[in-house]
Amino acid sequence: MAKDETHVPYRLIGTRPNRPDGLDKVTGRARYGADISLPGMLHGAVVRSPHAHARIKKIDATKALALPGVKAVVTRADLPTGLTGEDLNLQENTLAGDTALYDGHAVAAVAATSKLLAEQAARLIEVEYEVLPHVTDVDAAMAPGAPVIRPGAADHSVPEGMHPNVARYIDFGRGDVEAGFAAADLVRERTYKTEATHQGYIEPHAAVAQLGADGKGEMWVCTQGQWYIRRMCSAVLGIDAANLRVTPTEIGGGFGGKTTIFMEPLPLALSKKAGGRPVKMVMSRSEVLRATGPTASASMDVKLGMTKDGKVTAGKVVFRMQGGPYVGSSPIGEALQCAFACYDIPNLMHEGYEVLANRPKAAAYRAPGSPMAAFATESLLDEMCRELGLDPIETRLKNAAREGTKASYGPTFNRIGFVESLEATKAHPNLSIPLGPNQGRGVAAGFWFNHGGETSVSLAVGEDGTATVSVGTPDIGGSRASIALMTAECLGIPYDKVRVNVVETGALGVNEPTHGSRATFASGLAAVQAARQAIAEMCRRAAADWGIEPEAVEWKDGAAIPAGPNAGKFPPMTMAEIGATMGSTGGPISGHHEVTAGGYGASFGVHVVDVEVDPETGRTTILRYLVVQDAGTAIHPTYVEGQYQGGAAQGIGWALNEEYVYGADGRLQNPVFLDYRVPVASDLPMIDTVIVEVPNPGHPYGVRGVGETGITPPLPAIANAIHAATGKRLRSLPMSPSKLLAAIKGA
Amino acid sequence: MTKIHVQTVVNGDPVEYLADPRETLLDCLRDHLDLTGSKEGCGTGDCGACSVRLDGVLVCSCLVLGVEAQGKTVETIEGMAQGGELHPLQRKFIEHAALQCGFCTPGILVAAKALLEQNPDPTESEIRFWLAGNLCRCTGYDKIIRAVQDAAAEMRGAA
Repeated sequence: MAKDETHVPYRLIGTRPNRPDGLDKVTGRARYGADISLPGMLHGAVVRSPHAHARIKKIDATKALALPGVKAVVTRADLPTGLTGEDLNLQENTLAGDTALYDGHAVAAVAATSKLLAEQAARLIEVEYEVLPHVTDVDAAMAPGAPVIRPGAADHSVPEGMHPNVARYIDFGRGDVEAGFAAADLVRERTYKTEATHQGYIEPHAAVAQLGADGKGEMWVCTQGQWYIRRMCSAVLGIDAANLRVTPTEIGGGFGGKTTIFMEPLPLALSKKAGGRPVKMVMSRSEVLRATGPTASASMDVKLGMTKDGKVTAGKVVFRMQGGPYVGSSPIGEALQCAFACYDIPNLMHEGYEVLANRPKAAAYRAPGSPMAAFATESLLDEMCRELGLDPIETRLKNAAREGTKASYGPTFNRIGFVESLEATKAHPNLSIPLGPNQGRGVAAGFWFNHGGETSVSLAVGEDGTATVSVGTPDIGGSRASIALMTAECLGIPYDKVRVNVVETGALGVNEPTHGSRATFASGLAAVQAARQAIAEMCRRAAADWGIEPEAVEWKDGAAIPAGPNAGKFPPMTMAEIGATMGSTGGPISGHHEVTAGGYGASFGVHVVDVEVDPETGRTTILRYLVVQDAGTAIHPTYVEGQYQGGAAQGIGWALNEEYVYGADGRLQNPVFLDYRVPVASDLPMIDTVIVEVPNPGHPYGVRGVGETGITPPLPAIANAIHAATGKRLRSLPMSPSKLLAAIKGA
Repeated sequence: MTKIHVQTVVNGDPVEYLADPRETLLDCLRDHLDLTGSKEGCGTGDCGACSVRLDGVLVCSCLVLGVEAQGKTVETIEGMAQGGELHPLQRKFIEHAALQCGFCTPGILVAAKALLEQNPDPTESEIRFWLAGNLCRCTGYDKIIRAVQDAAAEMRGAA
């Protein structure tokens, strides 16, 4: 749907107004998941497996149910049978069946009249386990002799002779990699490992839900996608989707981790068993870390061939990823597709193995798969540039994907902004700041596909000429502001005359969640189309009033006007005037657009980091940080910068601090924020940003998603900077002080 | 467990509630007084989303028992704006887009206000270390630090 509007000067797009939900969020009034309460509400608690792998021999809730005030207990026996595929995986993950598959796997849930009572009752539920051998490391899980986690889970893609924990195999490529390596002056092959990390949203999962004996239910939940919650809960519980009304609350961060269900079916199941009383369930932080959405952990081999002037002749990756005990949870496919997506390389081979392990079911996390892949490929690219004495930015320019390049994963790129981002990086003053002893500079690039997806948006004209936009994508970082800006731009009215509401599942057609960097792109695109429909109708109303043809009316500055001198002489009819009389001129005026949006433009970014390494402690300090990324068109530049900065901070945490630490017993050793240490304010400098704007031809205002790519380059950029500072190349994350110190001392 | 009658002053208003002795001050604010602006992100004093002032002292309300508020004064995010007038920090957080999801915002605002009362002209480093107990996962802190600096400058100018 190429459009013409990307070249006109904008009235509102590119300005930085206050966000419409700002006041609620600085005064404590905004209602998040745990802030909802209902009359007659019960509180839920979950019993979780303390074992990484154990047969559940018996669950006895007698003592819990004997406590006055305890109203219901549910176990797997209360859920329907016969599910298959991912629905079965979701049900298994909601409540374990015969076997608990990871430390923290839910086994039973209880509802009582208070939170304290529910927690007490949960402790009284007796579960008898037979502990089984377990495995948590990705390489160990596919080694001969590893305990088999779920026999028969592997699909037909897996080659003969693999360990049964290898559940999925993917390969694709092009050209002739052996010939490509033969044509290279330098060929290097390395192995990299990344540990699992958590999205780390500060708001734990929370829901209040009610389900009656008639199968009709209602839920308020912090989620990135109310229709996904509806579909998944309905499947797990065997109820009709239309009978479950899901209202998204404000959401306290998600980063992909709130696009799926974890405990959400439990308050519904408990409510039904408790006679339809609403049940509130809020996870603790340790439940969040033990049992919700970490990333996959990865083990990766990369081989690259390069000529001495820096042209990459061939690339090969073999990635192994575990994303918990269920097939399809790890982003192995995305990781492979992202591995070489920044570059135009003639000969490529990608192979991937998804491996089951006794860890929580992985969920999406910001550009899922891309950060791990970039850590491997961008680290090796840097190492080879260093060996050949080549400039890392010039080398990337030499190989950069551009418009017309056939992407490493298949399609041909439309207009993209990787070259422009590299050029803007080269020109940035940070690159000429001199460095001191123990300091180093690292560069890396990153990629994300972006996403369009199922989208349904409605717009209604108010009696006073204002506009209400109903969207299905929860606002996780300012999308109400960006959608209001685009709508107001299109309608020709002020920004504050448009209100954007995130609505419940009954109010629109199915929407995918706010994921894949799609909210501003896809809901924005649909809102603009809905506004255009409303404009067409308002022009018809004016034409009827003036007694001229609708084609003789055009829309300008928020009003209908005659299109040229031949149309007649009439004063502009404003949106407020049309709205005030619409009841008697033909009824309510609205616009609606629904689409599975394509045309999302791919996203590229380049990061430059300066670090200082303390040679006595191995601690890495980030001295300065630069993010350069193509936004297509920055609708609200401040929130674009915020996405760049937030992504970089998460990537810095992944690179330096964050990891899932499992003990020999298979239990997570660090399920609190004190030990799972995300970056704090004193860990970081200001994060410099450059917004490159290469408009996406697939969006009426040129938008491409901006949320994901920023987390990808920090992992290799910091590894590259540490190498520059110390001469040591770290190939496993996190690059913690102890690991770096060992590398330095080992010299 | 027998509940205990607690009388305290929250944001200038005298209030009372019946607290289970195991309940935190955060639980009591949220569940008994309907002051849900203070958030629970961890329950272990690591994230700062529940930051309030207790007799003027900045605390994590998840680490204080509800019964400890007896006879004391509590200030929460709900008391930060005076009448319809936002505190300069609240205004600057909106203007600088110093929030994305907004979940950590109440705690950060309460903590930043406490900083500026004792240090009206903090350096960037002082702000970063003061707020090191308040986790934000969305912003990378850049715009938060700038908003605090800008609010401090405005408050110094107004003083």
